[in-house]
Amino acid sequence: MQAGFFIDRPTSPARPAAKAVTIIILLLVYSGLCWLAFSHSLKNWEQVWGYRVTFLNGWAATIGISAAALLLSTAIGALTALARRSAFLPLRYTAAAYVETVRGLPLLVLVLFGFYGIANAVGWNDRVSVGIVILSLFSGAYIAEIIRAGIESVGRSQWDSARAIGLTPVQTYRFVIFPQVLRQILPPVAGQFSSLIKDSSLLYIIGIPELTFAANQINSATYSTFESFVPLGICYLVLTLPVSLWTKYLESKVRYET
Amino acid sequence: MKILLRGLTKRFGLQTVLDAVNFEAEFAHTLALIGPSGGGKSTLLRLLAGLDAPDSGEILVNGEPLPQDEERLRIHRSHTGIVFQAYNLFPHLSALGNVMLPLTEVHGIDTATARDRAMDVLKRFHLAEHAAKQPAQLSGGQRQRVAIARALAVDPAFLLLDEPTSALDPEMTAEVLDVIVELRESGKPIILVTHEMGFARRSADRVAFIADGGVLECAAAGEFFENPRQPAVKQFLERILKY
Ligand SMILES: Nc1ncnc2c1ncn2[C@@H]1O[C@H](COP(=O)(O)OP(=O)(O)OP(=O)(O)O)[C@@H](O)[C@H]1O
Ligand SMILES: [Mg+2]
Repeated sequence: MQAGFFIDRPTSPARPAAKAVTIIILLLVYSGLCWLAFSHSLKNWEQVWGYRVTFLNGWAATIGISAAALLLSTAIGALTALARRSAFLPLRYTAAAYVETVRGLPLLVLVLFGFYGIANAVGWNDRVSVGIVILSLFSGAYIAEIIRAGIESVGRSQWDSARAIGLTPVQTYRFVIFPQVLRQILPPVAGQFSSLIKDSSLLYIIGIPELTFAANQINSATYSTFESFVPLGICYLVLTLPVSLWTKYLESKVRYET
Repeated sequence: MKILLRGLTKRFGLQTVLDAVNFEAEFAHTLALIGPSGGGKSTLLRLLAGLDAPDSGEILVNGEPLPQDEERLRIHRSHTGIVFQAYNLFPHLSALGNVMLPLTEVHGIDTATARDRAMDVLKRFHLAEHAAKQPAQLSGGQRQRVAIARALAVDPAFLLLDEPTSALDPEMTAEVLDVIVELRESGKPIILVTHEMGFARRSADRVAFIADGGVLECAAAGEFFENPRQPAVKQFLERILKY
């Protein structure tokens, strides 16, 4: 093995074997370090195993909440993006105010205010649905910006060409703008989905039995912090890593085709 | 075909690009618009196309005034073949999809008939083998020919072409000009903005010179190039034909 084995430069790329070897060595080294550091605290598995159903239910809730919020926030984002381009000023400014307010606030503040402030005041007590709506309003503002940037990336010539052949504005959006926007925004929206999965953990603060809530509960019941939180981290990674890889794949695809 | 401009004015901010233009032209096949850059050729063409509205004045095409409201302007555009300098095509659709879109969505023709008609036009321009390709997979000349095919497929009343070859290299320019000559022979009236003086001279019936907010001169092509009356036109031609 030469000294340059682990070096990867555009001018002298590393051999494929070097990448595989690097990954294997690093996996061994880091898992060994983790084992040395934490092995004495990772021994209470039997007791935690008894709570596996709580944990799996939490995981299912996290997936369900994130998926529902993704659908709802995409709808909110699309409508908001259109509203921000509306010719009707009150609508345009309302959308702008919504986006800027939400993007300027921490999600935790929105969750606390939305649940204890607004939902309680109007007597809406179903925590899960409140949680989904708050998460969707939060993520919707970001998706609105993604979609708006996508629409703006479609050149003026496309609008001209669409008008030139006699399409109506609605037809122009449907047949010309949205199909092009969709390809542009798929990678960032997939990234937003990954954020949603992670952000949904904050809903534990209002007592929604999602994944983080479950892990926290198991920790309190068993006093086994590591045995509760290591699986928690792994469960989030199992959800977010594939999404992240998929996002990278989509990005490379869009890049090659344009 | 006959066009009549009556007191036509178009401003962009403080700049008056067309200043109360009165102009009348009757031609059998092709009217070429030439003139210096920034003179207002594209602006006039967009007004004729119904893409922009004039600030005042009116346009009559074959005696019919252009409508004022957007919905009827849209219908006017749908019966006019419009081709810009570049980026006419929708990049997410194939060549065939591009030609079919106005047929099915604007003119309500069923998909099978639209496909046949689109293929016929593409064949006519020797593009049949490229029908399934997306614009990014076509050469610049092929793209412009597809754009002309799309404009022609709806059987427009006339065609408006804004420098359709100025973004192309000489060989591709020739291939697009061939298509325009063929159009001319098929009898569709064409109004063409061009910098190709040789082409304007050979294939236009009439040539109009646009500069300084109006139409400075308009004459039959031969006369226009051999014997321009306005000094500004003379100067322009001398400069442009020098090389
Ligand atoms: N959308 C617009 N907004 C502001 N100014 C414009 C706009 N379109 C055209 N102009 C201005 O109007 C003038 C005429 O432009 P136009 O495009 O009609 O010229 P042209 O004769 O087509 O020139 P070229 O040969 O370079 O295409 C120019 O000075 C241009 O800057
Ligand atoms: Mg121009």
